[in-house]
Amino acid sequence: MECVFGLVGNGFAVVVADSSAVSSILVHKSKEDKVMILDSHKLMGASGESGDRVQFTEYIQKNVALYQFRNGIPLTTAAAANFTRGELAAALRKSPYHVNILLAGYDKETGPSLYYIDYIAALHKIEKGAFGYGSYFSLAMMDRHFHSNMSVEEAIDLVDKCILEIRTRLVVAPPNFVIKIVDKDGAREYAWRESIKDAGVAPA
Amino acid sequence: MKIDAAGLENHVFLGGNSEFDQGLTTAPSFELPSVTDFDGFQKDAVQMVKPAKGTTTLAFIFKEGVMVAADSRASMGGYISSQSVRKIIEINPYMLGTMAGGAADCQFWLRNLGMKCRLHELANKRRISIAGASKLLANILYSYRGMGLSVGTMVAGWDETGPGLYYVDSEGGRLKGTRFSVGSGSPYAYGVLDNGYRYDMSVEEAAELARRSIYHATFRDGASGGVVSVYHVGPNGWKKLSGDDVSELHYKYYPVVPNTVEQEMAEVSGTA
Repeated sequence: MECVFGLVGNGFAVVVADSSAVSSILVHKSKEDKVMILDSHKLMGASGESGDRVQFTEYIQKNVALYQFRNGIPLTTAAAANFTRGELAAALRKSPYHVNILLAGYDKETGPSLYYIDYIAALHKIEKGAFGYGSYFSLAMMDRHFHSNMSVEEAIDLVDKCILEIRTRLVVAPPNFVIKIVDKDGAREYAWRESIKDAGVAPA
Repeated sequence: MKIDAAGLENHVFLGGNSEFDQGLTTAPSFELPSVTDFDGFQKDAVQMVKPAKGTTTLAFIFKEGVMVAADSRASMGGYISSQSVRKIIEINPYMLGTMAGGAADCQFWLRNLGMKCRLHELANKRRISIAGASKLLANILYSYRGMGLSVGTMVAGWDETGPGLYYVDSEGGRLKGTRFSVGSGSPYAYGVLDNGYRYDMSVEEAAELARRSIYHATFRDGASGGVVSVYHVGPNGWKKLSGDDVSELHYKYYPVVPNTVEQEMAEVSGTA
């Protein structure tokens, strides 16, 4: 089942998500990227119903871009988080909605930051956080091993620890994960952790 | 349980004919099923008469394009209402849609998509991409989410970028991929398909794999059956390759080995 988690390190933030698209017992796809690069310096990791997740994150992405076009300056991570929270709260009151969001970003003034927005639109600024079944394992793992000002190597090592724990202890563990990083140089894909290949690649 | 409509005044007054009078002055009422969970009952009732719930459809991208296949059974609960449904819907000469879930919902919205694609073609003087077409459909379905639509479809075809395949459902999901199967028989079909899939198959090999996958799904899934239709989409558009009755494919794909007789019945001689 879905696992999204992230943490803030020294000068960067990292967001990790599983990449399984499932419906009941079927895995339709195992390389579905659930971490959107929102703009040049923002990452949005999302879990939830597939329709809601894609529609909502794309909507936020386009509106953040629109703001930048109109005003000539990008939204800060804090502003984008508050905007996202507001839009989610509004959407929530129109119809049932289920999206959990981890928003990571890097600003010149404030450095890296990570925001936690759950499906009922509660907003928290955090240093480490997780959603889904994987959170039970990754949260404890991060509570134990996380410290502020982690280097990229330390953070990726911790991320790998979390992934390993999820794969060994979670009965419905997803096979593949994507890791993305945002720092002063921008938001980018860092690595994939794949234990099975998706369709399209010939099976061994 | 009856709806109490006594509070509703009948303002329309048509004097004269007493026969009319009687029909109009009595408050309209109708019987409701006596159940505690009326909404649930209504939902179940609608599901019972919604045909084509059980289905097996599949599509995959390979070297020569996209292969699309489906069974042809429509069922309403346990009743087989048709054995000759066309579950592969021809949207335009370069694009196909598959049908799983509600037959009417799929048929209507894929026809509607065909219209929108044609309008796009007329407005822009070029064919719509598969990505674009699937997103049109996904956005429509998403706007009706939670309102009872039941659609599980694959939009497959060939556009300027080559072969395209998207899975779209009424929950609003839209996935790009190279290998999908949808419907109640899909786990069985995936089993055969995943095992036999190679990217560099020939059209004949791919068609055979698609046919076999659907056949094995119809063998295990009671809600799938009828005939297996196989379509191929290449750079020059789609072509129907075959339509085989699964009961005939059965002789080909599932040869029955005669059991060795362990005990022969022999006549007992000398008694009576």
